[in-house]
Amino acid sequence: MTTLAETVSDSVTITRRNLIKVKRVPDLIVFATLSPIMFVLLFRYVFGSAIPIEGISYAEFLLPGIFAQTVVFGSTITGASLADDLQKGLIDRFRSLPMARSAVLVGRTVADLGLNVLTIVVMALTGLVVGWRIHSSVGEALAGFLILLLFAFAISWVMALVGLLVRTPEVVNNASFIVIFPLTFIANTFVPTDNFPTVLKTIADWNPVSAVVQAARELFGNTAPSLETSNAWPMQHPVPYVLAWVVVLLVVFVPLSVWAYLRTASR
Amino acid sequence: MTNAVVVEGLVKRFGENTALGGVDLTVSEGTVLGLLGPNGAGKTTVVRILSTLLRPDAGRAEVNGLDVLTQGDRVRATIGLTGQYAAVDEYLTGQENLEMVGRLYRLGGKEARLRAGELLERFELADAAHRPAKTYSGGMRRRLDIAASLIARPRVLFLDEPTTGLDPRSRLGMWEFIADLVSDGTTILLTTQYLEEADRLADRMVVIDKGEVIARGTADELKAQVGGERLELTVSSSAQLSAAAEALRPLAQGEPHRDEQTRRLSLPVTGGTETLAEGLRRLAGTDVRVLDIGLRRPDLDDVFLTLTGHAAEESAAEAGADAAPTAVSAGASR
Repeated sequence: MTTLAETVSDSVTITRRNLIKVKRVPDLIVFATLSPIMFVLLFRYVFGSAIPIEGISYAEFLLPGIFAQTVVFGSTITGASLADDLQKGLIDRFRSLPMARSAVLVGRTVADLGLNVLTIVVMALTGLVVGWRIHSSVGEALAGFLILLLFAFAISWVMALVGLLVRTPEVVNNASFIVIFPLTFIANTFVPTDNFPTVLKTIADWNPVSAVVQAARELFGNTAPSLETSNAWPMQHPVPYVLAWVVVLLVVFVPLSVWAYLRTASR
Repeated sequence: MTNAVVVEGLVKRFGENTALGGVDLTVSEGTVLGLLGPNGAGKTTVVRILSTLLRPDAGRAEVNGLDVLTQGDRVRATIGLTGQYAAVDEYLTGQENLEMVGRLYRLGGKEARLRAGELLERFELADAAHRPAKTYSGGMRRRLDIAASLIARPRVLFLDEPTTGLDPRSRLGMWEFIADLVSDGTTILLTTQYLEEADRLADRMVVIDKGEVIARGTADELKAQVGGERLELTVSSSAQLSAAAEALRPLAQGEPHRDEQTRRLSLPVTGGTETLAEGLRRLAGTDVRVLDIGLRRPDLDDVFLTLTGHAAEESAAEAGADAAPTAVSAGASR
């Protein structure tokens, strides 16, 4: 049996391997840094010019939302990279080694978490330039970033399973786009949900992405007394709601992904 | 001699398709077994089961006395696998690739670094050690892949078609590296479609077709099964193949093999040079123009042709559709 220390050591080896790739592939760095800058600027000035938010600037309203959207999209890299490793025979190689059975997936999701940290730093700096401010304590602000990253990490494990089952990086990207785009838009991410049609509003209220955004807004102090919050339970208790989602996703998808990894082989 | 690999009654099905229909084989310690067969014969499936990547539906497999089903972890610690395509990380350098695999074999950082350096030297990759593998040629990637599978000094090495897709020069180079490994005492199970490769590297061979073992033995034993010599000739146009075959049929010990593309005719014969002289006399009485004629000892291509009715390098699909004696070339490996 593999010990915990061995599992950690193997996962570190794989994480390092994945991060070297980030360093060597300029496209990835560009994707991870330039596109978030672009999104912050586009939404801030295009939507921001037309969407008045009661009692708060659009930049302050927007940033927690766009943080959430970007890290959720960032997690799709997990699936695409695993599908790529599978196609290139690397998963076969790893599976033939006496290494910990979960290390390839842990190393992958942790590396992608690292990439998300980089993305968030770049976006936060861009946000500060265009008028976003944190009004809370350092501890609360860190908790805000932590909850964004935790949720993204959980989604990474969902994408890991998708990548191992779908097996083609392009298909993983397209498929996740179809799911993640509505998931991050039918939410309080970019606009208040007050005027959504009833069905959409209910979906938005219970959408975990909305809760992530609401939690981040509260923890960064990007709310205003005049800004109405839905009465739905998740919107009133966003932090426990998000944490519950994170736990459930990890409990379900970590074992499922490891199971899929142990049964997959290139064709 | 102890067996490093034991396979008994191995069965693997993929849905309707039976990839292995009960394969038995053994590899003695320190020897090379060539697992031969056309595409889709089941060679890779055997290797994947032995390297714990796939679970068989029935049967038993042991590597170094360890059961691949119940002692997978310990099996993995004693084997090296080089798959059909070079499984190297193209963004890592050669050195980083080998160090990573070394660490995952739990060699420890320092030992992994040392072994990586040694192997890069040995596989003539030292100059490229600090370049990303993306910049390597196909032959270099294969060498890096084999180096990776050797990093923990495995007692058993699985090489799945190690030279498929390589140009002839790289292939020759690869053969030298593999021959070196054998002299170090590594047990090797090598799959290949190239009979010449098996002839050159393997001590014993197992020939499989459609998931069944159809022959086994040393190269000489297999050649003896085919028997005798071959009278081979090339004629000036493929239209003359039939006339030549008719003229020579009385001399042949079996069915002549025609290859329309290369305009070659091959017949199993006995009697040596006298038969050759007689053949020439018979051909002189026809209007067949002979460009080249000679006697040849049978090689493994002939073995395969005799055993299966189709040449070794045809794909399984082609083989099914075209099992007639007028099959496609068997000569691509020469």
